[in-house]
Amino acid sequence: MTDDPIYALLAEHLRRVAPEIPIDDIDRSADLRDEFDIDSMDFMTLITGLGKALSLPMPEADYDQMRSFDDLLGYLRSHTA
Amino acid sequence: MTEFLMPSLGADMEDGTLVEQLVSPGDPVHRGDIIAAVETQKGAIEIEVFEDGFLDKWLVPLGTKVAVGTPIALIRGSDAPDAPQPSDPTPPAAPPELPDTPDPVVPPAPPGEPVPTPAPPPAPPPEMTTGARQRISPAARRRAAQTGFDLATVGTAGIISLDDIPDAKADTAPEPLSAMRQAISAAMTRSKREIPHYYLSDSIDLTHAEDFIAAHNADLPPEDRLALGVLYVRAVALAARKFPDFNGFFEEDHFSPSAAVHLGMAINLRSGGLVAPALHDATEGDLPALMARLKDLVARVRQGRFRARELSDPTITLTSLGDRGVAGITGVIFPPQVAIIGIGTPNLQPAVIAGGVQPRRMAQITLAADHRVSDGHNGAKFLRAIIKHLQNPEQL
Repeated sequence: MTDDPIYALLAEHLRRVAPEIPIDDIDRSADLRDEFDIDSMDFMTLITGLGKALSLPMPEADYDQMRSFDDLLGYLRSHTA
Repeated sequence: MTEFLMPSLGADMEDGTLVEQLVSPGDPVHRGDIIAAVETQKGAIEIEVFEDGFLDKWLVPLGTKVAVGTPIALIRGSDAPDAPQPSDPTPPAAPPELPDTPDPVVPPAPPGEPVPTPAPPPAPPPEMTTGARQRISPAARRRAAQTGFDLATVGTAGIISLDDIPDAKADTAPEPLSAMRQAISAAMTRSKREIPHYYLSDSIDLTHAEDFIAAHNADLPPEDRLALGVLYVRAVALAARKFPDFNGFFEEDHFSPSAAVHLGMAINLRSGGLVAPALHDATEGDLPALMARLKDLVARVRQGRFRARELSDPTITLTSLGDRGVAGITGVIFPPQVAIIGIGTPNLQPAVIAGGVQPRRMAQITLAADHRVSDGHNGAKFLRAIIKHLQNPEQL
């Protein structure tokens, strides 16, 4: 899993906004913002970083598909495939 | 011979339990020595002796609860016959006028020791009343409890003192308040002491504001999007400019309104605590420019890189719980400011509109303001002005 570049990118960007939360400790199917204790501003930073790195528009209308870590990972994979 | 009494360690203390006897019969004692520990509602408190001499005997067994004023030991003067100091040519006479009752004050802690009263009350160790036991000073017992040191490894010869227990590691000692908590404590204590707060609250229908943000953001890349919070900032700033009684500094019995609105943004830190630096001139510039400045401020604060001016300049503060908080927040005014606006997390609520019930995104908004400067009547108008702005985001 960790040699997956999308996973590594997501992990890196989450570390930037929530450096003290180990990804191995979170519930990957639970609400991402609760698991990493990030607010809407942090989430905007996260989405901005991921969108730039992957050249994805990451529209707000798709935010419902980015609720959990696994959701977001799946979203990024399906839109970069 | 003097009776050593169970001292009163406060007006509310009726009795205490003798939990440690730190000197043995026949041992010399000196004025100021800690000779016993008493368990009270406030915790284990070390008790000092008020004279020089020798402990004759304990009158109360360990673990016994006795009323204040009960004799718990007998102290002999230094010239007692069996004192093993015959070569001493002029033993000091017993102090002539020892108080029968020790002063009802908490004895000072020995040098270098934490004051014992605030310590959480440790339960008396069970071995206190059974069989052979160690004699351990309260300070040593505290350190052992903190460090997990096994007291059984020390043995029972003599009194186990602080020196016998390995020093506490830095990360296990009770930590003093962090600088952050001290700062918050100082400001908020001053606020609660000096500022006669009054509070007003209402609910805001944010449905339209959220739709406005969503429509604005729909075709924009993430870095250009607006957050709902930027509307809060602008709405509060515009209202504060119109209602100067809520925007400025109260210093030296005098309120000085501010022409500019430097909006303090309460920003929580991941490491704990919060700061509320100024978003300068929050009435100026368009919303995208204001959003960029807000993001810059939050990013710098999270990295601990804000400027001194940003901490001293706020003329009014906004504290918002964001979208994962709870329904409402009533702020504490940050002196020398005179008002703080709190906005809770928006929730879908039933609202009555034109006689029908509709689901709407509602949030609670609260004003805490300084009664030295303004009153509820004007406060209500100020709050209504903020709400009106938030319901007309196109004009922000």
